[in-house]
Amino acid sequence: MRQVAILGVAMTQFGVSEKTNLEMFAEAGLEAIARSNLEPGDMEALFFGNCLGDFEEGQLHMAPFAHAELGLPVSAPATRFECACATATVAARHAALLVGAGVYDVVIAGGTERATRMGTPLATRTFAMASQAQHESAAGITFPGVFAMATHLYAHKYEIPLKELKRHMAGVAVKNHYHGSMNPKAHFQKEIDIDKVLGGMMVADPLQLLDCCPFSDGAAAVVLADAKKAGDLIKNPVYIAGMGQASNGPLYLQRDLTRVRAREASIAQAYREAGLGPRDLDVIELHDCFTIAEILALESFGVYEFGNAYDAATKGETALKGSKVVVNPSGGLKAKGHPIGATGAAQITEIVEQLRGESGPRQVEGARIGLVDTLGGDLGTICNIILTNRAN
Amino acid sequence: MEYKLTFKQYQLGLEQGRFMGLTCNSCNAVIFPPAAVCRECGSSDLIATELSGEGTLRTFTVIRVAPEGKTPPYIVAMAELDEGPWALGNLVDTDPDAADMSLLGKRVTLGSHMAKGDTFSGDDTRVLTFSLKQA
Repeated sequence: MRQVAILGVAMTQFGVSEKTNLEMFAEAGLEAIARSNLEPGDMEALFFGNCLGDFEEGQLHMAPFAHAELGLPVSAPATRFECACATATVAARHAALLVGAGVYDVVIAGGTERATRMGTPLATRTFAMASQAQHESAAGITFPGVFAMATHLYAHKYEIPLKELKRHMAGVAVKNHYHGSMNPKAHFQKEIDIDKVLGGMMVADPLQLLDCCPFSDGAAAVVLADAKKAGDLIKNPVYIAGMGQASNGPLYLQRDLTRVRAREASIAQAYREAGLGPRDLDVIELHDCFTIAEILALESFGVYEFGNAYDAATKGETALKGSKVVVNPSGGLKAKGHPIGATGAAQITEIVEQLRGESGPRQVEGARIGLVDTLGGDLGTICNIILTNRAN
Repeated sequence: MEYKLTFKQYQLGLEQGRFMGLTCNSCNAVIFPPAAVCRECGSSDLIATELSGEGTLRTFTVIRVAPEGKTPPYIVAMAELDEGPWALGNLVDTDPDAADMSLLGKRVTLGSHMAKGDTFSGDDTRVLTFSLKQA
């Protein structure tokens, strides 16, 4: 496999948008291409992420329209990826695999989502479509519900009083909103405190409103290229050091939801390819769709032992200038927002900018190695990408 | 390849109060609900088995913000069945507002109830229920 570099990256403002999915994607895509010092005509393929365009806009098969909106040549194929919330990371991974294999030299990957347009009841229904239909979503399970069940299991398994666990989970929300307050593209840019989190309405016991990420609109895109050509195009390419992706079935087969087996398999692939381990990571953008999700992820990565990450945020170990590793400097899904089809590309955007020293007030000083982690569905898809600012 | 038990046959079982699964002839694992192959060893040498319908509650949540078409609050739970598999369903006969951590580890009996289909899912479907076993 050839080494693959990331050139230009871009994301739109996340939040509530009046723009169409295509408009948002074209904004991000054209900016990513321009930052690569390339033209749309240079793109050899589009790896396009979108989850719910059919419900948001009555639009299926959005990839060729996104392709047209960017002005790509007819010879460049556009393919839509759908892996629930992990969509854009999986699209970028497949883009990298084909560039690495020598099929293409320069491609664009990313995604777009306009989730707020559905309203909460329909959005909750359509998100639940990513749970197994006959046995699980028919019983009325929701995404907050899945992570709520994981929270109860976690408290029981590690014998942590639920009240204490919830206070530490609130610490994750407080930290990520603090980071989001420094991100002008974030959906939420206001700091919150633990009392505000613990005073929120109950969504799925024991998860309250501010334990949950929002439904958001937004798009993000990244240009990938053969690493040998990258240095001729831009001065600071970022390189893919390792990638992983793994899959798991319905919740009843996953059983103990505190152990995200697909993530354990995915991160092992990425560490192996990169020749790196948890101690090498300087900055992490991980899938904090719910506060408990950040805790589970840090344990899957081996950054913490199982049962030990629950108080990482309250101890200040994962915040900017924290003592362990900076987690979700963008604000994460919690504060930056979660336009599901775009999220992975926005996580890559954040890590790439961190590794280039372009993150302004939320810059992780001296960051060299960063991890992207995206979870799709009810723990069924995980995709990881490890990035570095040094070539092999 | 032919399914030993289809989803429809599983549903007919639920209607009759029977919990139909499969036993793997290669590794003896019990598979519930039915599937094409054994989840433990991948074998398709499976034989239909009726489960006892008893288990232990492992986790739960109270859904308070529901998808379109569902009326909150209601409890979704997971139980470990005595034969080994885990199952997801609705904990019934328990007040959602009284549900707390003390439910974990409680013995439950399986049942089923009809979940109404919607524009997207189509048919009504029987889903599992759990009821706390009286001590």
